[in-house]
Amino acid sequence: MARLFTFWLSHRGELATLLAQHVLLVTLSTAAAAIVGVPLGIFAARRPRVAAPIVAVTNIVQTVPSLAMFGFLLPVPLVGGIGARAAIVVLILYGLLPIVRTTIAGITGIDASIREAGIAMGMTSRELLRQVELPLALPSIAAGVRVAAVVAVGSATIAAAIGAGGLGEYIYRGLSMVDSIVILAGAVPAALLAIVVDAVLLWAERRLTRRRRGRSAGALAVAACAAIVLVSSAAMAGRTRGAIIVGSKNFTEQVILGEIVAQTIERQAGLPVLRRLNLGGTLICDRALLTGDLDVYVEYTGTALTAVFHRPVATDSATVYNSVRELYAARGQTLLGALGFNNTFAILVRGADARRLGLKTIEDGARQAPHWQAGFGYEFLERPDGFPGLARAYDLRFAAAPRVMDLTLSYRALATGQVDLIAGDATAGLIGALDLVQLEDNRRFFPPYDAAPVARAQTLLRYPAVRRALEGLAGRISADDMRRLNYAADAEHRDVPALVSAFLKGVM
Amino acid sequence: MPALTFDDVTFSRPGGTRILDHFHLDVAEGEVLALVGRSGAGKSTVIKLVNRLLVPEAGRVSVEGRATREWDPIRLRRRIGYVIQDVGLFPHMTVAENVAVVPRLEGWSGERIAARVDDLLELVALPTARFGARWPDELSGGQRQRVGVARALGIDPPILLMDEPFGALDPMTRAELQAQFRSIQGRLRKTVILVTHDMREAFALADRVGILDEGRLLVCDTPAAVQQSRNARVRQLLDAALAGPRESS
Repeated sequence: MARLFTFWLSHRGELATLLAQHVLLVTLSTAAAAIVGVPLGIFAARRPRVAAPIVAVTNIVQTVPSLAMFGFLLPVPLVGGIGARAAIVVLILYGLLPIVRTTIAGITGIDASIREAGIAMGMTSRELLRQVELPLALPSIAAGVRVAAVVAVGSATIAAAIGAGGLGEYIYRGLSMVDSIVILAGAVPAALLAIVVDAVLLWAERRLTRRRRGRSAGALAVAACAAIVLVSSAAMAGRTRGAIIVGSKNFTEQVILGEIVAQTIERQAGLPVLRRLNLGGTLICDRALLTGDLDVYVEYTGTALTAVFHRPVATDSATVYNSVRELYAARGQTLLGALGFNNTFAILVRGADARRLGLKTIEDGARQAPHWQAGFGYEFLERPDGFPGLARAYDLRFAAAPRVMDLTLSYRALATGQVDLIAGDATAGLIGALDLVQLEDNRRFFPPYDAAPVARAQTLLRYPAVRRALEGLAGRISADDMRRLNYAADAEHRDVPALVSAFLKGVM
Repeated sequence: MPALTFDDVTFSRPGGTRILDHFHLDVAEGEVLALVGRSGAGKSTVIKLVNRLLVPEAGRVSVEGRATREWDPIRLRRRIGYVIQDVGLFPHMTVAENVAVVPRLEGWSGERIAARVDDLLELVALPTARFGARWPDELSGGQRQRVGVARALGIDPPILLMDEPFGALDPMTRAELQAQFRSIQGRLRKTVILVTHDMREAFALADRVGILDEGRLLVCDTPAAVQQSRNARVRQLLDAALAGPRESS
């Protein structure tokens, strides 16, 4: 609990920005959903034959998981891509259902004799709508808007996956760092915000339905929304336009690398940087780079080869780097110099064993294997470029079948002697902290995952200083450096920007 | 020229049940015509054909000499006041706002509307000072009905259609409103079609009474003439309707 408050206190500026972003996302999307949904509901209420399909479509939209929806929208021009705009589009789609439904219910629920009286008095259909139907349906519509807004507070946390900001940033950051305090730092204010939004709108709704009112309370609600938008926009005004946009995927190492790239550009090229860290995966980063929503992020050569370009696995580091560089170039993107570490699978043993037995390579380890118990993550056991291939390449035979265990737990299992050999990530922070040693893949079985920034060629041409700054990073980050940085962020909960700033002062 | 004319009008429900079958009716200007008949006999249909909530399947309904099909429905309806049994007061408007609806639709000035609302509420004995700011659900059934009448008279339409206007009221209130109706009609001389299932009410209020049966008028004459009709079907209906204990007036 105390850590949570400490975190908020030390991140209060950022917290305020994220909260403002969140409120803005919710307000804009709910307002837009109402602007679209109410007329749609009115239209449907007047034509019952149209109502069923409209409700069916909004229902279906509602059942699409939000991440999948972002995925669908990524390649769509104008509304898609990453950032707040795409997030708002998705939130609008989610807000439509409750608003359309309650509008239809509000209008069709009006007593037939009241509607008939209006028609018989000679109201045109517009007069009937404005003077009778809408005022009477208003309480129902207001309830729908309230539901939509509360739902949007929740859905907006997902928006962080596509770099739209908001309190979801902390949730994603916390998930990627496996740090529940950071998760709570975002989840608690989001929950409180939902309660506040619900209460405020309920109050507005009561004012609307209490009849001595009409226009004044309606105007009040509109004014309140406008005020919220203004305040939130002002709070976000610090956001720079025309900045270099730096992205990252959503795990600790990527966030650190994104911060390294961002600070390097800020310091060396003197350009403003917009950070869109913690994006939801390789696909999203790649699409964003294609559409120009990102200027640069750090990718791994092996991942680019297989996941981005769908080419078969290759094992020579330089070959992979060069073919990926050419594939990127053909798309107008530039793969810059590799940073200096390879985030591949790492075959790990205890440091004490390695020193005692003089183990350097996997080949050395294979000789000890008959006396050892191995522990592998499920994925490594299954993948063809995991244990099955490795066992063939090195003729590995263990005393017993390898134990299946969670990847993060296997480091400690190795350190405490429950197993004798594991396959981890080469840059895992725990490697140094637990005195583990990586055996060299001397037969080059594992594909290379060399980290290198990839940028839009256009951006580099326009800002040569960015290119110079990023080339300056080539070969500067060793696997040991990366492990230490990961450890400091994950295990010591150090603040990433401060950590990176200190690191860059050391290497530059 | 009669204010309202039904000339050989036929009308069926969407399902196909025939409600009016070669129906004829003339209503003179300033006349109160009561339509009686069993429920489902088509009384309300007659009224809705006048203000074009319905259009005839065959034949011609004329208002002031012009067929309803040829009227602009909005203009037509604003010349016709409409009072229905469940009143249909707008629950989100005060008494005064309800009465002001049609004058406002007609774009009257605020002062003129206020003066008109005062007059009308005075006419139905619900003075603005006491009742103008009330909400419909704060009124008794009889008061709501009177607001309904005042609202129907908003821009002084020459024609008034009343569908069971006193139907849902207790006998005392009903008698009171009938008396009030007579006195108002004595002053305003509107052309009125009054639909009721209550034969006594028809005889008490109308200049002529029409009995609707199986889609046609069995008889349409002054109360005295109808009461003396020799037509067997009319006698049968009259005896059934008037046999029960007298409930009012």
